[in-house]
Amino acid sequence: MNAATIARDVNARRVSAAEITAATLAQVQAVDGDVGAYLTVLGEIARSFAARVDERIAAGERLALAGVSIAVKDNMCLEGTRTTCGSKILERWIAPYTATAVARLLEAGAVPIGKANCDEFAMGSSCENSALGVTRNPYDLARVPGGSSGGSAAAVAAGEAAIGLGSDTGGSIREPAAFCNLVGFKPTYGRVSRYGLIAFASSLDQIGPLARTVEDAALAYDIMAGYDPMDATSLDRPVERTADALRADLAGLRVGIVREFDTKALGERSDALYREAYRDLERLGAELVEVSLPTADYGLATYYLIAPAECSSNLARFDGVRYGLRVEGTDVRAMYDNTRAAGFGPEVKRRILIGTHALSSGYYDAYYVRAQKARTLIARDFERAFAQCDLIACPAASCPAFTFAAKSDPYSMYLMDYYTIPMSLAGLPALSVPCGWTVPEGANLPLPIGLQLCAPLFGEKLLLGAAAAYERATNHALAHPAQSGPVRA
Amino acid sequence: MTPDTIDIRYVAKLARIALSDDEIERFSKELGELLGHVRALEELDTASVPATAQVVESRNVLREDVERPCLDREVVLDGAPQRQGEFFRVPRIIAE
Repeated sequence: MNAATIARDVNARRVSAAEITAATLAQVQAVDGDVGAYLTVLGEIARSFAARVDERIAAGERLALAGVSIAVKDNMCLEGTRTTCGSKILERWIAPYTATAVARLLEAGAVPIGKANCDEFAMGSSCENSALGVTRNPYDLARVPGGSSGGSAAAVAAGEAAIGLGSDTGGSIREPAAFCNLVGFKPTYGRVSRYGLIAFASSLDQIGPLARTVEDAALAYDIMAGYDPMDATSLDRPVERTADALRADLAGLRVGIVREFDTKALGERSDALYREAYRDLERLGAELVEVSLPTADYGLATYYLIAPAECSSNLARFDGVRYGLRVEGTDVRAMYDNTRAAGFGPEVKRRILIGTHALSSGYYDAYYVRAQKARTLIARDFERAFAQCDLIACPAASCPAFTFAAKSDPYSMYLMDYYTIPMSLAGLPALSVPCGWTVPEGANLPLPIGLQLCAPLFGEKLLLGAAAAYERATNHALAHPAQSGPVRA
Repeated sequence: MTPDTIDIRYVAKLARIALSDDEIERFSKELGELLGHVRALEELDTASVPATAQVVESRNVLREDVERPCLDREVVLDGAPQRQGEFFRVPRIIAE
């Protein structure tokens, strides 16, 4: 069931939060052995949150997310629960407080079903970099759910939660949403507090929802967004409600199609689907205009210096002293070396090493500062493009969900985020919305693909409003061929 | 710019990660290739371009210097691999 419907029914006392929670936990019990969305299932905790919601409803309160089940990516703190980041170094660490974004959802009546698997420290595009479990795509269990927020995406797609909480640094909400037939929304950098989100790349990380509909994503965003004194980078500016600004058409809007993002490279079927999506935007009343992002092609190179540099600094805190794992050594230096060697997986080590290199004496200007300057050029590209259009439309990912181990070369995995990284570097709000089904070579089942829409800074209301119009007119998410529906009990 | 090589042993020392011989070989190759890809940035004329550290308008965010509750010490210390009373326990750092 959709979050909006659940909240409506629980507020109207047609169904209780306890009943919704029991049904959701039963679905987890039935399918999560196959899907593997959760690292920790919060049975008792979920039931006690649900009971509290029912008490508040009985006392006459109305709650925006009454009884709405949520999957919390395991890089976000929930007090008293294990919070692992998908890493051995935090395998047994219990969060001593709750992330602001999570706390706001819970206060609004949401019920936490579990902590969802992710690529280790949110570094990856398939969930395969998790050290603690395998998550499978509910639409084809032989394939990955995307990443890094793959557990949250799989949970929502398989009916194990109504809303998934994800974090997006270079595409980690939008790509898994595309792979799992969901709406995945990354707000403007700073809209949602990062307090309690374990940091990967602080100038890029942003929390957002994965949901079955645009309306559900808007509902969750409206609750999470807004200034938080505990995160100095959260924006102290008014948040416009988005859930009641969903549009029926795109009349009067100019949608930019990016000249440099030629969808022919994505294969015949995907190319046709994206062209059809652009035509659908036009049919809804939008005027299509060609825009240019000449520096976007440098996004990957820029990102793979800036994000690892920030990661190498942020992950220095995992030193065997204050959190999680410690592996002893002959002296304190050896203890650090051994703890981090045993605690981090290969992708995290790669990023720490490349980041340390890029920040090291003699290389800092050539790598890190040059990347920061390229970041300026990418942001300027978008500024120029948005002088000619209100929104940008393009693919959300480079291909549909792929099979396990298909991207074992690190750079081929990095290419997954080719279309999402430029928006992240510019801090822009962007989302992925389902735009059709394709059977790629080697696949037996149709797989979903996603259309990415992107707005100027702070343009969430317009972005979600336009996505709702496209969703309502096309309804691709519901059009999946019966045999490829998500796994059901 | 710089050669596409990375002295993995030196960088791993800076990053405080012990690496096996296999990892040194593997990461040297993989990260050398990645540095080859990021060389593309040399094509951009960035001479007069300012660096972007973050994209939104926040500047020098200050707050009142007032007391407020903090996390419970016991809970925080319980998250540490080793504690001794009110302290994080660490290996000896200063020689006797």
